[in-house]
Amino acid sequence: MNSQLRWKFIFIAAVILLCIYGLIGVPTFPTSWGQVKQNLADRIKLGLDLKGGSHLVLQVQVDEAIGQRCDQAVDQITKQLHEKNISVGEIRRVDDTHILVRNVDPNTSGAFRDLISNQFTDWALTPAAGEQNGFVVAMKPSIVADIRRDTMDQALETITRRINALGLTEPTIAFTGRGENEILVELPGEGDPTRAKSVIQAGGQLELKRVADEQTFPSEGAALASHGGILPPGSEIVVGKAESTQAGQSPQPVYYILDRAPIITGQDLRGANPAPSSNNPGQYEVRFQLSTASAARFGPFTEANIGHRMAIVLDHKVYTAPVINGRIEDSGIIEGNFSQESAQDLSLVLRAGALPASIKYLEERTVGPSLGADSIREGVRASIGSIIVVMIFLVIYYRLSGVNAVVALALNLLILLAFMAYAGAVLTLPGIAGVILTIGMGVDSNVLVFERIREELRSGKAPASAVAVGFDRAFLTIIDTHVTTIVSAVFLFLFGTGPVRGFAVTLVIGLLSNVFTSIYVSRAIFDWHLSRMDRQAQLSI
Amino acid sequence: MEFFRNVNVDWMGKAKYFVALSLILLAVGWASILRNGGLRYGIDFRGGTLVYVRFAGPAPVDQIRKGLQAAGLANSSIQSISDNVLNGNSQNDVVIGIEKKGEGDEALDASKQAILDVLHKTFGTANTAGKRDFNSITPSSLADYLTQKDPLSLSTNAGDRYNQLAQRLTDARDKQHGGIVTNFDDLKNVDGATPGVLSALKDGFALDNFTIRDVEVVGPKVGAQLRRQAILATLYALAGMLLYIAFRFEWVYGAAAVIAVFHDVLITLGFFSIFHFEISLTVIAALLTLVGYSMNDTIVIFDRVREDLRLMRREPFAQVVNKAINQTLSRTILTSGLTFLTVLVLFLMGGEVLRAFSFAMVVGVVVGTYSSFGIAAPIVVLWNKYRGQGTAARAGSAADKRVTAAARR
Repeated sequence: MNSQLRWKFIFIAAVILLCIYGLIGVPTFPTSWGQVKQNLADRIKLGLDLKGGSHLVLQVQVDEAIGQRCDQAVDQITKQLHEKNISVGEIRRVDDTHILVRNVDPNTSGAFRDLISNQFTDWALTPAAGEQNGFVVAMKPSIVADIRRDTMDQALETITRRINALGLTEPTIAFTGRGENEILVELPGEGDPTRAKSVIQAGGQLELKRVADEQTFPSEGAALASHGGILPPGSEIVVGKAESTQAGQSPQPVYYILDRAPIITGQDLRGANPAPSSNNPGQYEVRFQLSTASAARFGPFTEANIGHRMAIVLDHKVYTAPVINGRIEDSGIIEGNFSQESAQDLSLVLRAGALPASIKYLEERTVGPSLGADSIREGVRASIGSIIVVMIFLVIYYRLSGVNAVVALALNLLILLAFMAYAGAVLTLPGIAGVILTIGMGVDSNVLVFERIREELRSGKAPASAVAVGFDRAFLTIIDTHVTTIVSAVFLFLFGTGPVRGFAVTLVIGLLSNVFTSIYVSRAIFDWHLSRMDRQAQLSI
Repeated sequence: MEFFRNVNVDWMGKAKYFVALSLILLAVGWASILRNGGLRYGIDFRGGTLVYVRFAGPAPVDQIRKGLQAAGLANSSIQSISDNVLNGNSQNDVVIGIEKKGEGDEALDASKQAILDVLHKTFGTANTAGKRDFNSITPSSLADYLTQKDPLSLSTNAGDRYNQLAQRLTDARDKQHGGIVTNFDDLKNVDGATPGVLSALKDGFALDNFTIRDVEVVGPKVGAQLRRQAILATLYALAGMLLYIAFRFEWVYGAAAVIAVFHDVLITLGFFSIFHFEISLTVIAALLTLVGYSMNDTIVIFDRVREDLRLMRREPFAQVVNKAINQTLSRTILTSGLTFLTVLVLFLMGGEVLRAFSFAMVVGVVVGTYSSFGIAAPIVVLWNKYRGQGTAARAGSAADKRVTAAARR
């Protein structure tokens, strides 16, 4: 063996060792087959389609958050106009980002312009089309983009906190990068995502508000009518949780008139925990504690309103409206037919914070663990079975050279798997498709080379030069086929989504390692064989 | 061993038969697609709800249908499937699907819940006794339960050891019993499953005789989006291949290869319609595989054509192509045969999840191999004829052309 060939084999051996290390680590002797399998399973990450688990795609309704900002601006502008004695005919929100102000008094329109441009810097003022003395106040596009980004970041954070609090194993929470405002949640091993879904979706917006009118009403209209069609300033009508007052009756909704501004919001909470209900045995309630700063507000408020009612509003719905019996410093209770689990979930949601906007589920895939196990077993069994058949055939057809091809194929698979383990790539069902194409093209590369060598031998060349020419000629073809496929795989990776990407990743890795094994390794083995055999002997091909 | 030696077939002389064959295949396939009112997309692309249920015995399809009708879900589809082509008798699995066109995403979620409710009401035993269903429990909840009950009276590492035991129990359920245990005593061979553990399981769990294997809920908008993205990615990939081949050969080779690959995909889609397979995301992966495979095959022939052109400058172009195909025929048959074998095994043994995927591959390998000499090569020959120069000098890479031109001068 000459020194160049020796270095080639040292390099190949190093690659093999590195791959084995990547796949199963350093085996501790004595090692068992089960231990090797366990190590392998730890290193090759399986996708949800193979492992089982839930895959959720949800969309954050970002426009809601933008609309909310718009509502706030309407309130603030109205207040400022009032203070500055600027009279306008009408001010209302047109859509999520536009406010229409009509009939601004011509004498004060200068003051109006100044107000908007000085105090509402996030907004741009333009004259309204077709209106005299009318203006459109529009949110600046950069501000819209900011809100969009902040809302998404906050939603991701909140959902992450909630999922982590559920204590599930290795969840993935990330932007999908696919559609707008989409978040991907993957819960490996979770066969029933119902609870996780409801915890994610819960708004979690807690508000404590003063009840403005001690009465409750059967409908919104009745509430409005009792005040002559005009609500007291700064108040709003909020629907209550429907509860049947008498046995046998279907629950009737109840309406409350509350102060618009909350005394306490979810951000003021220090903690929330479930506890068995003290009033209704068998049921649970959620007890919450306030931060020091908000307790300093809450104490005086409750003292001033003893005998009045206070509403506990969760996601714009009144849960309970108890009468304040005495000064309360820093704690409260949410009652309402909770089971232990739902009380737990609500506490968790309150602790994790509110979502900045509501969410909608776009996609849910749940693969049961048994189906995932079946897919692996059947897929792997079928793949191994067919690879063995192919290898046997190669040895029969090409004799000793066939052994060479078998070595190259096996090494190709080893490198592919090891690289996936190193890169932390996830093996999915479409990924297995990539493996199959890799094997197909690996067989093809060997066949191309061997057929070429046979051709050269037939034309009367000596074994050594036939091998050299065969590899050289086939090299160009192999490069062309591989580069073409890699080019397409790169495009698939760039423009495709999940499954298509999984296919592209395994394919690229597999093809790169195939170029190495079917040209470099296979050639080295041939050279080694040629260096040992008699110059006149026939090549076993 | 050798199958072919010195083959001498006039492939290009038979080109019109190949084209006719392709046209017939295309016509038959697409007639079927048109008759079925378009391609059959899976839930992934269409939007809807799909629940895959396995029963302990043969699936009671009639009972399921009645239950669904009673719940007002008469528009649902019920398809019973067997797990293995070779073992067609065991029809224990059922796929229940509800398609929602243009309805909100809430309706989708509701229909999944409705299907589950019907199943539990009709066949469930677990919930009625206040017990949970063992067949749908996750390892972590099972571990929680065991830790709480502590049937082995463990003091140290109780959590860890129950975690492992729970994993072994669910593994046994999923791998040895196909996801359904019908009797807790079936688990007694599991390492660590003492009689105490089994009786603790019996106390806390019941055994439903069905289990949910897979649920897919996809909003219609997402479905359309996924479909568009898959198609776009494929088109970009094809364009990338076209550019590379045009760069390495000549643009007509690139165009011919891409047309051939396109032809393969169209014919495979036709076969999908004829055999009532649905197009899902996994099938897209299979179609991409076949694109790669067919392209590989075509390039091998083109490469040989390019090489032979340098040696056979005086021969007619069609003659050169014939020779290239004949020279590579042994390789083509061998590679295709072996790949075909691989995917056939996958089709027969790969299980239900891989069925549509491997079907696409089985069809694709055959069509992809055939299209290389039957479609791609004739297109290049035809183009050369059209250019009025039947000789080899016009073909070959751009660099070759310059060399040829220099030689003439």
